[in-house]
Amino acid sequence: MTELKASMAGTVLNVLVAEGDAVTAGQAVVTIESMKMEIPIEAEAGGKVEKIHVEVGSFVNEEDTLLTLGE
Amino acid sequence: MTKTSETTGYNERLEQKLATIFAGGHPKYHEKMKESKKLFVRERLNLLFDGGEYVEDGRFANVEAGDLPADGVVTAIGKVNGETVCVMANDSTVKAGSWGSRTVEKIIRIQETAEKMQVPMLYLVDSAGARITDQLDMFPNRRGAGRIFHNQVRMSGMVPQICLLFGPSAAGGAYIPAFCDIVIMVEGNASMYLGSPRMAEKVIGEKVTLEEMGGARMHCTVSGVGDVLVATEEDAIAEARRYLTYFPANFAVKPERIAGTTVKAGRSLEAIIPENQNAPFDMYELIDQLVDEGSFFDIKKLFAGELITGLARIDGQVVGILANQPKVKGGVLFGDSADKGAKFINLCDAFSIPLLFLADVPGFMIGTKVERAGIIRHGAKFIAAMSSATVPKISVIVRKAYGAGLYAMAGPAFEPDVCIALPTAQIAVMGPEAAVNAVYSNKIEAIEDPKERLKYVQQKHQEYKEEIDIYKLASDLIIDEIVAPHELRKVLSQRFAFYETKDLPMPYRKHGVFPV
Repeated sequence: MTELKASMAGTVLNVLVAEGDAVTAGQAVVTIESMKMEIPIEAEAGGKVEKIHVEVGSFVNEEDTLLTLGE
Repeated sequence: MTKTSETTGYNERLEQKLATIFAGGHPKYHEKMKESKKLFVRERLNLLFDGGEYVEDGRFANVEAGDLPADGVVTAIGKVNGETVCVMANDSTVKAGSWGSRTVEKIIRIQETAEKMQVPMLYLVDSAGARITDQLDMFPNRRGAGRIFHNQVRMSGMVPQICLLFGPSAAGGAYIPAFCDIVIMVEGNASMYLGSPRMAEKVIGEKVTLEEMGGARMHCTVSGVGDVLVATEEDAIAEARRYLTYFPANFAVKPERIAGTTVKAGRSLEAIIPENQNAPFDMYELIDQLVDEGSFFDIKKLFAGELITGLARIDGQVVGILANQPKVKGGVLFGDSADKGAKFINLCDAFSIPLLFLADVPGFMIGTKVERAGIIRHGAKFIAAMSSATVPKISVIVRKAYGAGLYAMAGPAFEPDVCIALPTAQIAVMGPEAAVNAVYSNKIEAIEDPKERLKYVQQKHQEYKEEIDIYKLASDLIIDEIVAPHELRKVLSQRFAFYETKDLPMPYRKHGVFPV
């Protein structure tokens, strides 16, 4: 199980996957808006989305967990 | 050599001694090396040098001790890509590559040789650190280990200094990589730390693994002490040889221009660059369309990815590229990216490598976290390094260049030889959204009807965009040139060739007070 974390502080603009979805390494799964930029957050490894911890509009700090990925 | 009647057998004695020296440490340590996919020091040198040929100094160091062949370090002179280089290489089969007094003396001497000859100095490190039993002979004295670091600092910017890290580089020894221009680390085997995990547990009570605390991947992704992460020792040596192709032998010579090739097949710059300033794209794809195919040498690829730094060739000419990466953290500059940029600019400027800045930057990061971490101090390092670089500098504004981001990326005030805008460029103190909010927030809030409010905001955005229109900046001579994206490579090649004779030293003084 791996936790995908926010690379920088910002607001969640889009959640591009749903719980139960299979994702591949390098796939953008969440978009954060910060410094007026859209920042894609990519899965570091492939897996299944077990839990989504944020919703559109949530403020996240750097290193906050966005998703939990399972095998 | 066979025994001849003319001698008493001195050649046989020499052969015997040489055979023990070439054998290195005890066979069990050679076995251990093999198990961890490490090469014996002399195999490393065979791969590094052209034709595996080299001459060696101090080969007989500690020959009388019996179990300390070459005193655990080989110091050699040979050729790499046809150019002379000096090398020190630890032998970890001999007392774990630890340093005795003769080990240190040999390292100091090969450094002195590199300085006298004005050729690159390579450090092939695989050492447990000081031989505690010999400490008074190798640690505090005038020609003790401290002198190795003193020499490194003295030679910095004079000749290229490269570290290939194959094993541990512990305690004081960890400063050898730190003072080099570049550190290539082998994943799984290379490590750097001031105190080992065992020491950390005893002294401060921390329980941690070697990999977490000082492993190759950690240093190449988190601490930034490592520059290039490789899988094998063969890869490390190949990368070091490739790295050297971009460099002259020393600061007084310019890098060699070779025949250019074409760019990698791919999309046009027009297709790569989104017109929406806030949308991400992959800057590597753009770089591929500017440089000779296969010529990009990424430095600190895995560290602070929001700023790309690397060496490349444009039509055969060596250039150092700094480019914001919109795909990572929006291309926003952080403390680590500022450090990365500053070190890279220093490296290129020292060895007459012209600089190309590709700006697409929303600015430096804001917020409590970065302020407390000293982002102003780090940003100042980046700007100071860029500002004091006297090599040819070309600044290309790809899309946005906001705030101090414009400054860091060699904006017009920092004497780039030319500041080129693509038609997609947008230069401003801040982006339209932030600016309109800053100036009109009271008015915006006072409008009650949401539709009217939106209309007002959009109108202000439009006015702001017109005010910072790139043709207005060109008309006011703020930028020097506007170039169609598909013409950029040609323009860069022409201009770098013209600027080759640039000679504009900084004003005389002892040295600036570098912000650190």
